[in-house]
Amino acid sequence: MISVLGAGVAGLCAATALAERGLPVEIVEAVTPPVSRLAGGMLAPFCEGESAPEVIVTRGRSAIEWWRVRAQSFVQRGTLVVAAPRDAGELDRFARATRGHARIDPGDLEPELSGRFAVGLHFAEEAHLDPCEALAALRGGLASRGVAFRDRPSGRIVDCRGMAARDRLRDLRAVRGEMLELLAPDVTLTRTIRLLHPRFPCYIVPRGHGRFMVGATMVESARDGAVTARALMELLSAAWTVHPGFGEAEVLATGAGLRPAFPDNIPALRHEDGRIHLNGMYRHGFLMAPVLACDLANKLSEDMTHAH
Amino acid sequence: MFYGIELPSRLMLGTAQYPSPQVLRDAIAASGAAVITVSLRREGREGGAFREILTDSGCRLLPNTAGCHSAREAVTTADMAREVMGTSWIKLEVIGHADTLQPDPFALVEAARILCAEGFDVFPYTTEDLILGEKLVEAGCRVLMPWGAPIGSGQGLSNRAGLARMRAHFPDIPLVIDAGIGAPSQAAEAMEMGFDAVLLNTAVASARDPVAMARAFGQAVEAGRTAQAAGLMPRRDMARASTPVFGMAELLA
Repeated sequence: MISVLGAGVAGLCAATALAERGLPVEIVEAVTPPVSRLAGGMLAPFCEGESAPEVIVTRGRSAIEWWRVRAQSFVQRGTLVVAAPRDAGELDRFARATRGHARIDPGDLEPELSGRFAVGLHFAEEAHLDPCEALAALRGGLASRGVAFRDRPSGRIVDCRGMAARDRLRDLRAVRGEMLELLAPDVTLTRTIRLLHPRFPCYIVPRGHGRFMVGATMVESARDGAVTARALMELLSAAWTVHPGFGEAEVLATGAGLRPAFPDNIPALRHEDGRIHLNGMYRHGFLMAPVLACDLANKLSEDMTHAH
Repeated sequence: MFYGIELPSRLMLGTAQYPSPQVLRDAIAASGAAVITVSLRREGREGGAFREILTDSGCRLLPNTAGCHSAREAVTTADMAREVMGTSWIKLEVIGHADTLQPDPFALVEAARILCAEGFDVFPYTTEDLILGEKLVEAGCRVLMPWGAPIGSGQGLSNRAGLARMRAHFPDIPLVIDAGIGAPSQAAEAMEMGFDAVLLNTAVASARDPVAMARAFGQAVEAGRTAQAAGLMPRRDMARASTPVFGMAELLA
């Protein structure tokens, strides 16, 4: 039996990949809800390449196909990157630092942005999903395969506890993130929009039925607790810059959570003191969890084969 | 000397906006910087994991009050910095406007007075205004940090004549060009003008290859400093041949 600790995106992807290979697996859940539920749910390997190393871009691409067949909320309409006219230099820099994009008139893709932004970058291959729906879908899939959710482990441990694993992973640190969810029925943006700004960048992810996720701050701090007023102001003003319709939006929810990160900010599988860790998801949880989960399944299937 | 400390390198690096702490660590090493700045306003006491990485770099830490908009806020942040980081050095930044990020000179002097009286070694982020500089020195500051250009703008030394006057006006106060530096050539220019050090962040952190850019800045600062010490030639209005005209070989046909 393999006991996966944690039921966030890392744990659920790991358990799913193992169960799909026919390996015996169970999930041990924490009492607190996973921070993955607060994620943007963007599957944007090319955009992440602006600051992330090449491995995130090349390996992250496969996650798009992985989610397509597993999350109903999966939408592939690309990412649209825009910047205010005075920040045109930011857009050029972003274009130089990434690939997989085309220069377009934002109004051609999202008519409501017509006239607001003269030029944008379209990353056509990218996609997005609703994290809560996607996590629920994985849970459903696991339940239908007979995978049990327990409160203590009975087998070989795969540790996917995120920040809770700091008791064993000393170089794991927290990077605080804050987000909000808006209801703006008047706004009909259909794809992820990234606004480049030298100080207040943001992204807006459509969640259907007029709901939008706006995120996210990045603060080198382990402070938990609710979203700060400053984060709210920055995110809201950035959203309003993209589309004035957000001025009339209802704030449905706000959230703040701690991303687990290794010093290189690259999610990884590690073998440490007798257990496998799948951790350090940073801001790449939905992108990299399926990739590492498949690596894990390959490795454990091999182990099982050698054992027989 | 910066508050009695001799620094082997005259490059000071900011630590924000890097792709990862690993890249930051490599960039610091490649730059050869002796001082790194660290912000606390937003991170708070809970930013310990990141600060540990900075401490491990072996550089002298210069905590800053970035993000503070009033003297009171800056003083509180400085107090926390001294307690958490165990250093009396503080880069004093009081922002006057959220958009322009220009220093608020009045609140700056007020905060500098309080902090110097409390025994801090204050590095004030200021403009090139001479009277403001005098007020800061009068408050107890023994280092001044005039801006090159607005924070993050990469415009270089936008008021070169004003900065030259400041250098001439404060011959014995260490002056550090802080903010606005976008290219190594601009850092070298500041050092050639006789400034004592250069502090920058965005130009390295947002480069495509921050580690290589950090190395380039380290070399530029070193080159500018060496050139200044070696004595730059004066500018001339007319050409002056560098090869003597007399005594040239007469070629036989």
